Amino acid sequence: MYPEEYRYSKDHEWILDQGGIGTIGITDYAQKELGDVVYVDLPEVGDTFEANEPFGQVESVKAVSEIFCPVSGEVVEINKKLEDAPELINESPHQKAWMIKVRISNPDELKELLSAKGYEEYIQEQSGA
Amino acid sequence: MVEFAGWEMPVHYTGTAQEHMAVRTRAGMFDVSHMGEIELKGPAAKENLQGLTCNDVGHLAVGQCQYNALTTPHGTFVDDVLVYRLSQDNFFLCVNASNQEKDYHWIREHCGGSVEVTFRGDDFSQLAVQGPKALRILRPLTELRLQEMRSYWFAHGKFAGIDALVSRTGYTGEDGFELYFHPKHSEDVWTRILDEGKEAGLEPAGLAARNTLRLEAKMALYGNDIDETTTVLEADLGWICKFEKGDFMGRDALLKQKQEGLKRKLVGFEMVERGIARDHYPVVLDGQTVGRVTSGSPAPFLKKNIGLTYLPADRTAVGTEFTVLIRDAPVKARVVPTPFYKRVKTAGM
Repeated sequence: MYPEEYRYSKDHEWILDQGGIGTIGITDYAQKELGDVVYVDLPEVGDTFEANEPFGQVESVKAVSEIFCPVSGEVVEINKKLEDAPELINESPHQKAWMIKVRISNPDELKELLSAKGYEEYIQEQSGA
Repeated sequence: MVEFAGWEMPVHYTGTAQEHMAVRTRAGMFDVSHMGEIELKGPAAKENLQGLTCNDVGHLAVGQCQYNALTTPHGTFVDDVLVYRLSQDNFFLCVNASNQEKDYHWIREHCGGSVEVTFRGDDFSQLAVQGPKALRILRPLTELRLQEMRSYWFAHGKFAGIDALVSRTGYTGEDGFELYFHPKHSEDVWTRILDEGKEAGLEPAGLAARNTLRLEAKMALYGNDIDETTTVLEADLGWICKFEKGDFMGRDALLKQKQEGLKRKLVGFEMVERGIARDHYPVVLDGQTVGRVTSGSPAPFLKKNIGLTYLPADRTAVGTEFTVLIRDAPVKARVVPTPFYKRVKTAGM
């Protein structure tokens, strides 16, 4: 379910680091909690974010949720497809519905994120609570 | 689950959009037991109610219900209510959960003569079964001739073996029924209806879907679209304002407002540009913040982003453009005709 090569935040974002470029999206757990996503608000290429800073919003019928940048960096690409097809976030949260790519400015921050196994344990605690 | 007016309430079961669509295309069932009930009984019940509300209960037949409002001396809302005439001298009000105590004290305080006011909130559970298939789902469960019941009428009778009051009313813009019965039967009745409706595609539905459904139908929500600061006329509910019935609380203020002209009025809008207007977002017209979105949401059936807001009365024409500030960014919206959604009425089923 949760790809081994991704790292995960406790705010339910995932990041895949490929040579200093991090691809970021929200997790399957997050999309299930949100319900049907009907709108997504993404930043512009060139925007910079600190780790744990909100970079966008996803909205379901009933609520708005912020999405946080798991690491610091500059946005180099955004997934334009999500504007017209926000339902991709429910259908393919870990692949097709990637949201942004950032040039990672401090790779050490990746180490503070959870592994797939660590994240699975974390969400189990969350839903068990 | 979420707490609402002291009740633990389900926000959704399967998902807001799915529940919303179930009600529009098949049927949905809501547990609305949180709603309050107040009874006025006695020879002076009618006269008192006439004085406390703006709609005319005088013409209400026994067995009929009516959308109405308890008004303040300023013509604003103490609450919006559904009035049931149980007998010549006995009326029953279904009121908003969050207002039930206020309403009860308000009525007690302003009632005079031979009338007994009773808080009945603990005596009833209430279920709403709504949607085009509501009638055929409920028919086999009761001796009542539901197919002959007209919109905004009600009857007493056996439902699933217990005593119930059933009205052809709702808060979704669909055909449907609301059932009142003793709380001890709640689980039983809920399960019976759910079983009966399985084949027709009945789904349990939560508060979130109830909100999006009533918004598409442009039915006001107390606390959002109407309250003690908005008058009945400003809320575009002039049709429940019956000046000709005689004196009532707030009549003078409303009459004056009608004669002098409204300063603002509730309108429906849809987003023209990409973005969802949510409750409380600022509304900007000609560079001026003129108010806030009173209700705003994606509309799952219409597939548009819609909302309600108060605009200056001379700027409420359909087509008027303004902007909604969404996270500080102005996004274009336009006044549209309401209700946003109106069901197509079909001849008997």
